[in-house]
Amino acid sequence: MSEQGSALGARLRERDVSAAPAALNLLESTTQADRTQAAALLRELSPAKLGHEAPGHIVGVTGPPGAGKSTLLSALLHSWRKTGKCVGMLAVDPSSRRSGGALLGDRARIDFDPTDRGVFIRSTAAGERLGGLAWGTRAAAQALAAAFDIVVIETVGVGQAETDIADVADTVAVVVQPGSGDALQFLKSGIMEIPDVLVVTKSDLGQVATSARRDLSAALRSLGARTTPVLAVCAMPPPSGIEELLEALEEHRANLDLPKRRLSARRAGALSDFANEHGERGIRALGGRAAARNWLDQQEQELDEATLVRILEGRMGQ
Amino acid sequence: MSGEHSPRLPERDQPWMMRTYAGHSTAKASNELYRRNLAKGQTGLSVAFDLPTQTGHDPDDELARGEVGKVGVPITHRGDMQTLMQGIPLGEMNTSMTINATAAWLLALYIVAAKEQGVAEEQLQGTTQNDIIKEFLARGTYAFPPAPSMRLIADMIAYTVEHVPSWNPINICSYHLQEAGATPVQEIAYAMSNAIAVLDASRERLGSPPALRADELMPKVFGRISFFVNAGVRFIEEHAKLRAMALLWEELGRERYGVQDERQLRFRYGVQVNSLGLTEAQPENNVQRIVLETLAVTLGRQARARAIQLPAWNEALGLPRPWDQQWSLRIQQVMAYETDMLEYPDIFEGSKVMEGLVQELLEGARREMAVVAEHGGAVEAVPYMKAALVDSHRERLRRIESGEQVVVGQNRFAETEPSPLTDDAEGGILVVDPAVEAEQIESVRRWRAQRDQAAVDAALAELARVARSEDPHDNLMLPTIAAARAGATTGEWAATLREVFGSYRAPTGVGEAAGAPASEGELGELREEVSRLQEQLGRRPKILVGKPGLDGHSNGAEQIAVRARDAGMDVVYEGIRLTPSQIAASALQEGVHVIGLSILSGSHRELIPAVMESLREAGVEAPVVVGGIIPEQDVAPLKAAGVAAVYTPKDFDITRIMRDIVELVGAGIPAAA
Repeated sequence: MSEQGSALGARLRERDVSAAPAALNLLESTTQADRTQAAALLRELSPAKLGHEAPGHIVGVTGPPGAGKSTLLSALLHSWRKTGKCVGMLAVDPSSRRSGGALLGDRARIDFDPTDRGVFIRSTAAGERLGGLAWGTRAAAQALAAAFDIVVIETVGVGQAETDIADVADTVAVVVQPGSGDALQFLKSGIMEIPDVLVVTKSDLGQVATSARRDLSAALRSLGARTTPVLAVCAMPPPSGIEELLEALEEHRANLDLPKRRLSARRAGALSDFANEHGERGIRALGGRAAARNWLDQQEQELDEATLVRILEGRMGQ
Repeated sequence: MSGEHSPRLPERDQPWMMRTYAGHSTAKASNELYRRNLAKGQTGLSVAFDLPTQTGHDPDDELARGEVGKVGVPITHRGDMQTLMQGIPLGEMNTSMTINATAAWLLALYIVAAKEQGVAEEQLQGTTQNDIIKEFLARGTYAFPPAPSMRLIADMIAYTVEHVPSWNPINICSYHLQEAGATPVQEIAYAMSNAIAVLDASRERLGSPPALRADELMPKVFGRISFFVNAGVRFIEEHAKLRAMALLWEELGRERYGVQDERQLRFRYGVQVNSLGLTEAQPENNVQRIVLETLAVTLGRQARARAIQLPAWNEALGLPRPWDQQWSLRIQQVMAYETDMLEYPDIFEGSKVMEGLVQELLEGARREMAVVAEHGGAVEAVPYMKAALVDSHRERLRRIESGEQVVVGQNRFAETEPSPLTDDAEGGILVVDPAVEAEQIESVRRWRAQRDQAAVDAALAELARVARSEDPHDNLMLPTIAAARAGATTGEWAATLREVFGSYRAPTGVGEAAGAPASEGELGELREEVSRLQEQLGRRPKILVGKPGLDGHSNGAEQIAVRARDAGMDVVYEGIRLTPSQIAASALQEGVHVIGLSILSGSHRELIPAVMESLREAGVEAPVVVGGIIPEQDVAPLKAAGVAAVYTPKDFDITRIMRDIVELVGAGIPAAA
């Protein structure tokens, strides 16, 4: 018998991180019974119930394979733990189109102390969902943000793939390695949304790293994004730039209108869940995406995601 | 008899050096074994170290639990090395050590032990297996990240080329690549690429302490690089592979490193024939496999092995006993002393078939070497090579499962009479006394208590300083030898370097491995079953695959992980070197439905029950299946400890294993819902 959703929600609200595994088992599940429990769990963690937004900092980390995300995350994890922060990490890997299965390799790639109870890592497969996130990642991030100081969402991709992560995270860091022109190209062409922080890894590569950083800064300036920091880091020993990156992430969060960001995250999440459930036909029944977004914007601010989805479904039926 | 046109050599060739890869329990027990083996006509030593020694952990380290004295001898300090070599004249012996990550340390202990016998380091002969790239690719007993690992190797080369001139500081290992599934072309290409990486790295650190100029020393270094190769049962092609390697090596020496001396250009190799192809089913058949594989490395004089060690007939069952190893030594002796193979010049010279095979392999290998070079050389190409090996291995298994590749006694001609060879109580293998571990823990603690601690601390501090130094003349061998002399332990030496170099987890290769071919009826059915389960569970069936203990042979675990993915499951592949509490934490955090553990080092008796206990403590209810080299008589105790199923090498059909696992997940649903 699995623990009831509301009990798990209450434990997370009390910042009991040991509730995380069972909570995620529920939030990732698609059976009707589990979804009812999941909704109950999330209700316990709504801003109305908490009296404020969930305090954890939701950091999205995305970038192409081989950019050095795992090494970077290992270094960040180490620094966060040194300052006593609890970290929950949601690592999303793509699924095989052929078999539907997935190899989730992050746990092996990230260096952390396995006996440390202040670190929680859950790997999930994106499945057939578009947008780079797995079913349940949004809800999981929201739930974990109540109990953990930092919630990391890691996805693979650059370009259109990280649109979802931008919806759900408070701060999005895009990680690129020097020498690959992808990020530059995507930024210029507008395929990639402007990240909150841009990280160039492998700064020990010297000249290549310096010029990559310069090019990206120039591209951002030309797009009018003068405040987006571009940081060069090296996560391999001897590491450099990690402290600066932590500061940049914190600074972004400090200057953020959190209730507004979380509100738009819930609304975007509701629309995305609706679209995954009902497809393009469902979206059309709402009069298209823009109309659906407008409709959501008119709803009460404190409604949780599940309620918003239900409202959309009700409107579709009209 | 041997006139001008005689087909014979004027004089019969000397036989190759004969060794047995041996060592277990304690230094004292292994020393007795070595002396008995030498008395039986063995002409060199091949030391098998236990996994804690190979990965730089003392017997009392948490990770060493269950592994002490299992697959080899534990050597923790110079006292152990002295005991191991007691009564064996090191000035005359030729010793090979399979040691890798901690090679510099074990060579230092050997040098110190020799000194105690009154033998100077200049006189020492032997080989340290020290090819770290293949550890990242195949064997998993690395200790440090790639760059500092390469520096350690380069420093050993720079030191030995001047101070221990008859020592082979490294043998490039293609052996383990074949064990990991490499095709002959991959075996040649990756081994040569690894050799290039090692030679290029050592060029930068030569002349430290400065004596000769690097370019003067380079040909000498080239001449000291030997290889450790594999030979499978397709012995004609395998022989061609060795001829191709000899040609490539000479070409590399001349063109890339400017070597001119014929002797330095010679391709020198030792060999252990294939263990991957040895079967658990009808294990007596392995004897003829071993004989045929030995032909691959002895028949043609142009590419004959310098040193041979043969596996034993029962390696797929467990650890061989002295008698099993004696049988393998006798195979070598019959070949060398009874047959006429050493009486002729090269018998393949002029053979069109051999020539054609060699050309084919050379072309393939050159192409593959170019791909590795494009990735930036062997160190940078580790993820690429690893994924390619996982793919090749999967293809090999597919061929065996489908019957395309015949394995007698396993996928064909499987009917058999009961074997009298495995009749005894232990099932025809060596079982290490579990008391050994406690003894060794006690012994290392005594050692630490009686030594001059201040001297050890000072030596380790100097080691750390040199490790941090960026001066290319700061050679790690000097403080390593000093620490050995001062009485430091294996774990202390490695921990000091880990502190400076950082730790490392090698790529697993499974993430990059390609999907299964489209035509798989049984796999298709399995996927439907997995989808059905997903509906019931609400989540896609999720499996945790990992290896407890220090054993780094991850091929089996990787194949299970890839096949589970191909069957449609979500797979958390955790890789090697996991502690029981780590496995439990992962299973809990990841919310898996089933756990698959692989273990080949014989430590399952201790480790699996420990994992089960940790899982219970963590409240994980997911069923556990275990695969590996697990003797029949150990299956019942494992099941009693709560293991749901045990798979051994005779269960070669991975899809069938997968079906069992999916069933197991399905069976758990009513209880979990």
